[in-house]
Amino acid sequence: MSNLPKADELASKIDYMPPKGDWMDLPLEIKEGRYCYASNPKSVEYVGLPNPRSWNPLDDDWKLPENWQEIILNGMRERLDRFRTFKVFMDVCVRCGACADKCHFFIGSGDPRNMPVLRAELLRSVYRGEFTKAGKILGRFAGGRKLTLSVLKEWWYYFFQCSECRRCSVFCPYGIDTAEITIMGRELLNLVGLNIDWIATPVANCYRTGNHLGIQPHAFKDMIDFFCEDIEEITGILPEPSFNEKGADILFITPSGDVFADPGTYTCMGYLILFEYLKREYGLKVTWSTYASEGGNFGFFTSHETMKRLNSKMYMEAERLGAKWILGGECGHMWRVINQYMDTMNGPEYQKSHMETPVNPITGTVFEHAASTKMVHICEFTADLIKHGKLNLDKSRNDNIKLTYHDSCNPARGMGLLDEPRYVIKNTCNHFYEMPENTIREQTFCCGGGSGLNAGEDDELRMMGGLPRANAVKYVHEKHGVNTLGCICAIDRAVFPDLLDYWVPGVGVTGIHELVGNALVFPNEQERETDLRGEPLPGKEDE
Amino acid sequence: MKALYSLFLVFALVVVSVLGAGAMEWHSLFGTVIPYAAFLLFVIGFCMRVVNWAKSPVPFRIPTTCGQQKSLPWIKHSKIENPFTTSGVVVRMLLEVLCFRSLFRNTKIDLRSGPRLTFSSSKWLWLGALAFHYSFLIIVIRHMRFFTEPVPGFISVFDAVDGVLQLGAPTIYLTDGIFLLAIAYLFIRRLVVPHMRYISLVADFFPLLLILAIGITGIAMRYFVKTDVVAIKELTMNLVQLHPVIPEGIGVIFYVHLFLVCTLLVYFPLSKLMHMGGVFMSPTRNMASNNRAVRHINPWNYPVPVHTYAEYEDEFRERMIESGLPVDKQEGVENV
Repeated sequence: MSNLPKADELASKIDYMPPKGDWMDLPLEIKEGRYCYASNPKSVEYVGLPNPRSWNPLDDDWKLPENWQEIILNGMRERLDRFRTFKVFMDVCVRCGACADKCHFFIGSGDPRNMPVLRAELLRSVYRGEFTKAGKILGRFAGGRKLTLSVLKEWWYYFFQCSECRRCSVFCPYGIDTAEITIMGRELLNLVGLNIDWIATPVANCYRTGNHLGIQPHAFKDMIDFFCEDIEEITGILPEPSFNEKGADILFITPSGDVFADPGTYTCMGYLILFEYLKREYGLKVTWSTYASEGGNFGFFTSHETMKRLNSKMYMEAERLGAKWILGGECGHMWRVINQYMDTMNGPEYQKSHMETPVNPITGTVFEHAASTKMVHICEFTADLIKHGKLNLDKSRNDNIKLTYHDSCNPARGMGLLDEPRYVIKNTCNHFYEMPENTIREQTFCCGGGSGLNAGEDDELRMMGGLPRANAVKYVHEKHGVNTLGCICAIDRAVFPDLLDYWVPGVGVTGIHELVGNALVFPNEQERETDLRGEPLPGKEDE
Repeated sequence: MKALYSLFLVFALVVVSVLGAGAMEWHSLFGTVIPYAAFLLFVIGFCMRVVNWAKSPVPFRIPTTCGQQKSLPWIKHSKIENPFTTSGVVVRMLLEVLCFRSLFRNTKIDLRSGPRLTFSSSKWLWLGALAFHYSFLIIVIRHMRFFTEPVPGFISVFDAVDGVLQLGAPTIYLTDGIFLLAIAYLFIRRLVVPHMRYISLVADFFPLLLILAIGITGIAMRYFVKTDVVAIKELTMNLVQLHPVIPEGIGVIFYVHLFLVCTLLVYFPLSKLMHMGGVFMSPTRNMASNNRAVRHINPWNYPVPVHTYAEYEDEFRERMIESGLPVDKQEGVENV
């Protein structure tokens, strides 16, 4: 951790007034706490990405290949030809400023280069200066500049200060999506070996072991078995999940954060309880995979190609196991990848024989909207079960919780998964309060750690980026006594505990299926004394 | 400084036309050659830009969704903000192009001590942009009476409604006033709002000032510096009918106005003004959000190296067997 200032001290430093002069002349200062460590060469090498070497962003020499300019400019040319988004977004911005105050990193830092428009201009200015006639001839007068080393460093610093949350895109009159621009920027940086370790190492781990922490199959199983023992202690019921089982109806894939880090682990217990219930009551066969044990796709933060390399595992495994369809856990960008990329990248290659349009075997509901990807979100699945009265839920078990709900950026803005989780919440929890309307649903704010920025060393950046979300939580905390934030993203569950502790002490974090796990009543279960965290249930405090 | 450069550029254009059409009396250059060239460059340039964009494929379907997805039948689907079908997309695009839907959503932040952030609705930019674009459109339609004979009915209707505020002759057009106010607002906003000034380029100030100058010269020639309207109509009709003959008696102010318009036409395809075409091309807005239901094809999709299950099992087989995980191959014997 860097020397993170106290919350009010950090807040008092926010100044939205831009500095004097032209932004192109503003010197680049790489500040401690606002950048992530450079990637470990071993990880870069493992997945065969370019230019593995150890380097330090604070050094002058970034150990780039000699012809780095040529590599980047060729990469830009190639991407302009491959992505209409990139071309159009380079050309049509009118700098109306509607996006300027929409980015949580700008709101929390006041750094002018965190205004989405300017973040995009970092790339656009080079596009003008190197690719358009006017920019080549008139240079700065036409808003163009050459690709120099300091420009490249600026790219690296600021493209890793964007969580690709797409909030700015909602407000842009042309739908310019800074996430798309950041994705291109990061792809270009990767071509010369500029990455961060919190992305590169998870990528290598996911590639090798299936999950981002590099946990090997037996340990993965051990962790889940361990949760099952906990569940038995609390409920008297011992779940017996299956792993890598051929012939199961459904393959379940969740972000591995749920398996390895609190409070996601409680969400994981929620899944286990739900599946055990469905197995006992309705004979549903769900299997977990140790091979495809990561829903989150860190490749997405590297390049489209790396994303595809990791994503293919989901279909390959479903094919190998003969699962009819895939059920996905609570995760943010995992769902962006599934919804917007997966079927296009990997669909025809890997889903050939077994997979079918998902049908909920218990309710008979056909998930027509997932007919091609064959993948259903667990909130859709559970909402459908609840709607059909298939779950016996005791809401009062969550009465200790005064909940607010955080729409995770990617499911909200990349997918439109807004009401399904709310429906599950309202059926598992009696006290639910929405945050102010300009901060929820498609206008939701990022936790500050999305797109691979959840590293210890960039804590100041994350606290600044998380300020708008935390502030909205603070509002309902003060107004309604909200004590818990619900979310459907594993990065959220990793980032929020520290973030809320920093800005709104006294608010905890939960996944939605933790609420389900708490509320679900098995036919012969023992009377529960505690919730999944071992905290006494309401009314059981004194016993 | 950037605003000053732009102002200087626009002045230079005015001076060029005053000298050329006024002092040097190069009427056929300014009255026919330049307008024809400008019109051609505009049309060709505009098409080339759009074709150039269209040449790059849309490999992935990545709409920004601003409402509930279509999923379970009993969950209310936001058909326009998260369109599942082409008709939803069409309505979404129409709302965007005709009503500036996304700008309408605009909010502004305030940071008070605490810290306490507030987000409030902010519609000034939306209103200014809408007023500017619509008054510009109406003015362009009104101008069509110079290029048509007989003047079609609907153009006369625009003319009559726009001039409803008749305070003596000549009729005062409502749009002229709205146009000047809106463009002045957009310009002043760029100049006085600190972060707007910070992100603005010469290319942002220049078109605003150019269009403002076009408006001012147009209004000046209508209300203050009288020119021979009949002669102008004769000129424009000659241009349209492709036998350019320049009548006598047209004031210099007209040539200045025309030259500025020609500059705008030439500048248009080279600049950010192409957002007029680009707004239709934006994949985050013009695609249906039905990725999970209907496969989208990436024309340059290619195979990538993957880590197969067999490779994975080879590395971890022993430990998998030990912990009771099923494996495909046991001790080298295929387990079918």
